[in-house]
Amino acid sequence: MATLILEDGSRFEGTLFGHKQNACGEVVFTTGMCGYQQTLTDPAYRGQIVCMTYPLIGNVGVNDLDFESSCVQPAGVIVSELCELPSNWQLKKSLDEYLGEQGVAGMYGVDTRALTRHIRDHGAMLGRIVSEGEEEIAAQNGEDVILEASCKAAYDVSAEGDVKIAVLDLGMKKSLTDWIVKRGAKVTVFPATASAEEILASGCDGALVSCGPGNPNGYPQIVKTVNALMVEKPVMGVGVGHLMMALGAGCKVIKMRHGHHGSNQPVKDLARGTCAVTSQAIGYAVDGESLPAGVKVSHINWNDKTVEGLRYEGKEAFSVAFVPGGLGGRFDTTYLFDDFLDMVRKNQAK
Amino acid sequence: MPKKEWIKKVLVIGSGPIVIGQAAEFDYAGTQACRVLKEEGLEVVLVNSNPATIMTDTDIADKVYLEPLTVESIEKIIRLERPDSLLASLGGQTGLNMAMELDERGILAKYNVQLLGTKIDAIRRAEDREDFKNMMLDIGEPCIDSVIVHDVQPAVDFANEFGYPVIVRPAYTLGGTGGGFAANEKQLREICADGLRSSRVHENLIEKSVAGWKEIEYEVIRDGAGNCITVCNMENFDPVGVHTGDSIVVAPTQTLREEEAYMLRHAALNIISELGIEGGCNVQFALDPNSLKYYVIEVNPRVSRSSALASKATGYPIAKVTTRIALGYTLDEIANGVTGCTFACAEPTVDYIVLKFPRWPFDKFVYADKHIGTKMKATGEIMSISTNFESALLKAVRSLETGMDSLVVPALEALTDEELDQQLHEINTERSFVVAEALRRGVSIERVYDVTKIDIWFLKKVQNIVEMEQALRLLGDKAKLDRDTLMEAKKLGMCDKAIARFVNAGELDIREMRKEMNILPAFRKVDTCGGEFEAVSPYFYSVYGTSSTEAFNTGRKTVVVLGSGPIRIGQGIEFDYCSVHCVWALKKAGFDTVIINNNPETVSTDFDTSDRLYFEPLTPEDVWNVLEIEQPVGVVCQFGGQTAIKLAKAVRQGGYNILGTDLGDIDAAEDRELFNQLLNSLGIPQPKGTTVFTADEAAEAAKMLGYPVLVRPSYVLGGQGMEIAYNEKHIREYMDIINLNIQEHPILVDKYLLGREIEVDAICDGENVLIPGIMEHIERAGIHSGDSISVYPPQHIAPRIQRLVTDYTINIARSLHVKGLVNIQFIEYAGDLYIIEVNPRSSRTVPYISKVTGIPIVELGVRASLGEKVPAMGFGTGLYPPAPTVAVKMPVFSFEKLNEVEVALGPEMKSTGEALGLAETAEEAYLKGFASTKMAIPKPEEGGVLFAIADHDKREAMELAETLAALGFDIYATGGTAHKFNHNYIGAQPVPRPGEDTDALAKLFDSGKIRLIITTPTHGRDPHRAGFRLRRMAVEYGIACVTSIDTAKLLLKCIKLGKKESDIPALGLHELVL
Repeated sequence: MATLILEDGSRFEGTLFGHKQNACGEVVFTTGMCGYQQTLTDPAYRGQIVCMTYPLIGNVGVNDLDFESSCVQPAGVIVSELCELPSNWQLKKSLDEYLGEQGVAGMYGVDTRALTRHIRDHGAMLGRIVSEGEEEIAAQNGEDVILEASCKAAYDVSAEGDVKIAVLDLGMKKSLTDWIVKRGAKVTVFPATASAEEILASGCDGALVSCGPGNPNGYPQIVKTVNALMVEKPVMGVGVGHLMMALGAGCKVIKMRHGHHGSNQPVKDLARGTCAVTSQAIGYAVDGESLPAGVKVSHINWNDKTVEGLRYEGKEAFSVAFVPGGLGGRFDTTYLFDDFLDMVRKNQAK
Repeated sequence: MPKKEWIKKVLVIGSGPIVIGQAAEFDYAGTQACRVLKEEGLEVVLVNSNPATIMTDTDIADKVYLEPLTVESIEKIIRLERPDSLLASLGGQTGLNMAMELDERGILAKYNVQLLGTKIDAIRRAEDREDFKNMMLDIGEPCIDSVIVHDVQPAVDFANEFGYPVIVRPAYTLGGTGGGFAANEKQLREICADGLRSSRVHENLIEKSVAGWKEIEYEVIRDGAGNCITVCNMENFDPVGVHTGDSIVVAPTQTLREEEAYMLRHAALNIISELGIEGGCNVQFALDPNSLKYYVIEVNPRVSRSSALASKATGYPIAKVTTRIALGYTLDEIANGVTGCTFACAEPTVDYIVLKFPRWPFDKFVYADKHIGTKMKATGEIMSISTNFESALLKAVRSLETGMDSLVVPALEALTDEELDQQLHEINTERSFVVAEALRRGVSIERVYDVTKIDIWFLKKVQNIVEMEQALRLLGDKAKLDRDTLMEAKKLGMCDKAIARFVNAGELDIREMRKEMNILPAFRKVDTCGGEFEAVSPYFYSVYGTSSTEAFNTGRKTVVVLGSGPIRIGQGIEFDYCSVHCVWALKKAGFDTVIINNNPETVSTDFDTSDRLYFEPLTPEDVWNVLEIEQPVGVVCQFGGQTAIKLAKAVRQGGYNILGTDLGDIDAAEDRELFNQLLNSLGIPQPKGTTVFTADEAAEAAKMLGYPVLVRPSYVLGGQGMEIAYNEKHIREYMDIINLNIQEHPILVDKYLLGREIEVDAICDGENVLIPGIMEHIERAGIHSGDSISVYPPQHIAPRIQRLVTDYTINIARSLHVKGLVNIQFIEYAGDLYIIEVNPRSSRTVPYISKVTGIPIVELGVRASLGEKVPAMGFGTGLYPPAPTVAVKMPVFSFEKLNEVEVALGPEMKSTGEALGLAETAEEAYLKGFASTKMAIPKPEEGGVLFAIADHDKREAMELAETLAALGFDIYATGGTAHKFNHNYIGAQPVPRPGEDTDALAKLFDSGKIRLIITTPTHGRDPHRAGFRLRRMAVEYGIACVTSIDTAKLLLKCIKLGKKESDIPALGLHELVL
């Protein structure tokens, strides 16, 4: 037996699996019903303890294809029922084995709905997984998760294409660059520590600021880099990248109570008048009250009406809080990549 | 986008009578649609021939026409009402077909009626196989290799080229009628010919079989602006090859990777965008279990059975949203009523698993073919919700009410290993239980997978249940049962009764143990969002293993209404109608209302019908769990059919109060001894009879009474197991069938009187009685009341007998202290009136008689149960004056879906639904009723009438034949009948019987020379008899077949009337002077 103890003292019982060891982190829940392998390898969850609201997890095991990064990103995983006999034609190992290999603690048999309702009502908070009889360990907040999750050196993804896109890696999902490559662009990925000069020196025609984990307020250097890129080239931001751009433009970024984690967040595109299903893993949002002149809301979350996207007037730039092409909606918002590349190509033609 | 302002008056087309493939889900959908239209301030004109529906209540639509669903009849209504628009996508395939025919015949254009929602072109492209396939090719969505045929030979050529097996799918039919799976040329020729006949356009699709692939469905919705979302995806437990209506289905999908799921989601959205669907749509796929290869199997461009399921499974009201989209709204403008704070553009996410289990009619049709394939056979379905597959499955098994509460089937346990292995290869209705039995015997999961192709994930879950059974059986003693094991068993969904059986204890022992060990269920909410938002909809399901419950006692005065479970023959949509009206009446009286039910197709399980909804099996344990939370002041057992009344004892046992007739009085009506005493004391005669338990006792009793006798179990449901026995052999055969399930109650053996049946429903407050009307059955006793044509007001009943009916009803209701409703059936025989049955509950005739008399029978019944006196209700007491119009209730059957079922009517109910004929005169009402049941009134110039008559009916048949011949009909007759006719100077062409020269008969049927077959049965149910096979052939050739002389006489009246249905004015329910 093991216990998840939350900051406010609430306790949830379960059984350890995977790497049977204590863990701590911010406890968040995600409502996606499938795609746990992508979720668990998404760096946006780095350092967190992720509770899956869907109760049957591990049904298709783990395969060689569905990775969003090279390792399990959260510090802990909480599920209701763990599948004993997974079944899928691509199956390579069970989730239990995989977490074991990766050294990440899991807990099953947890009343995940009660936990979810608790977080919903009281907000995301720190928690720790402790095994029976063990002394409680002090929780610590992961710092510099973006730097941890980011690549350490620049690398090329694709050398073929009419335009060159620099991707600033703030802890991005592997699939993010696929959408750009598919659209015929050369792609180079830069670490979060790269300076604007370095990136511009690569000769890029535009920059994509990636999604990733954490609180964007703790990274003034990245904000500065993003700001400098926005002056020179067309820039698109997604996820935490969007928040960096917003900060750079002078907006306030605030913590949401429990964030948006899942693959069914409805977002309205105000210019097109359409609504789409989006994939998100984000704990912070742009404060809609804080927008300076020249920054316009382009997308709104149709559940809680938070800001989901911004246009930056006078600049070739836009950003969205969700990740187009992510789980769930997947193709519903990939038109944004087309918009971005159109912008880049037009700008290049000038 | 704002509402289209030009819309002022909308015609809504319902789906007509309940048949296999088109059940109560369209009452649910249509009712939601009408409510939305009214909320939007529009005038609603509704047409539906099915009187047992909520949607045909005059407070749901402004104008209600219980008229036939034919182009002629709808045109009449359009001409009369002049609606500006038509909503047809919520009336099932019937509604959609009507819309297309109205368009094809230029009627929509002529009266300037706009079709709302998906455009005609889009519907046609989705429905027409060839257009659809071409469109799929254009957008790169893969379809299975196939060919469209209008003849058998091209089908055979195709199969020779692409190989067997192939699937035959007829175009424009309900629930895959006539389709099938052909493994060789002989089968293909048969199935293909059958399919061509059942297709409206004489067209079949022949496709290469992908049997064994995963069958996945997507419920998607799109608005006029092009926004689309997935409401729900679903995975069939049974691989491709079994009609989805006959499959166990789970939601969401369980065995797909994200990549696979979203590939199919993308395909589904692609397809509905290309088609330009505006509203809900269902897309079915076959997915290769070993690659990313998939095929689009089918698209239903309308609200369907699956959308009702998806709505109940997720809380997302597809019918409501579809209606708003039809009015011009976009998804982001439509609020989500479940959360109260989100919108219809958010894809629902669930944190539980939903399981649908079909309900088949094979407990009644014991000799029928139980194989399942591409032709749907289930009459209804149930849904269960839980947090794991095991408990969802076991809850489902309990909800079916087939006498089972676990996966253990004694008959399967008795099979040898070889027999069981053979069973495993069969695809029939027992499949899930066969799989369990195989696993129980140690057959490996891999082996079971190899044979069945049911995904290993599902098989493992079934094995988990089996292993728990075995662990419990091994304990063998409740003293050895520890808390952990018991908790595990409960988490897996095992009920106390089954656990008790495994450990040799009583149900209540386990219940007590559980309570001592604090193993109690918690209730969770269905909220569309996986807990992300606080839901306002009070819609619950039970789980074990958590202490955090979301259902609390409100402290308000609460009444719990027990629903009627799955739609089955004998207990249909009528009881849902009654349950819903009961809830509404209780709300009016100021109570908090709670419904317990498990049927996803119904209005009663809509989350905003009652104040709180519990989606649970209807067994004592499951009901007690709810009652313990709710602590109701009363529980209503009289509106949910036999399902609910059977629970009365458990309700009292739990210490709860029954609202309405007391348990003791219910028993006095149902228990034969007590009932005999009561009738004796009142001096009311009944056919002689007795109660028995064994076959020997039954044979003895029959000998004493004299054959023929009526044999039936007490506590019957739709005449389940009821038969007329003419000799001892019959008796023994029926007793064997009846005893397939353990009988807790005795069997009744009664003298069988061949008289006229009369039926009443009455309201009683314990003392005063109101009889809304007397119904007369057209067919003589011996045909189940649910299968006979019933006419109100009575046409052939002498005033003296009507007075007796009234007096007996009043006396019986008073003596039974009925508080609420009572249904009584009589026989008039040789000038005397006998009682045959008293049901201290609402009946299947209540909706129809409420509608045509204008008396809100259910509401009055509820008020009487609450203590109000009948004279104060404003409708007087005694027999209410008859209405000036005539209403005829006609049964509707689904024989074409059920192979090897006897078509001739008898004491066991066979109809799946009913339609109403309403007119100024009886003959016109009969004519409309026949039109509603798709019985064409034959004309002499169109063909002849074939007679095949049992000896005891030959004299009466001769009179019929003589009249028909005089009217100009060619008369045909089989062997003995032809002989008898010709002997009596009635010219009849002799025709061979099936078995004598089947080919010649088939040729005759194919020629179209026979328009009507009148055939009465001899005795027994042997499927090899000639009469049986003649009737089956009639069904298969789509020739009208009448199996009672009385029905034939009625048809003759309609022929003589010389009118067409279109000559008779439409009569709106709203116009009746009430």
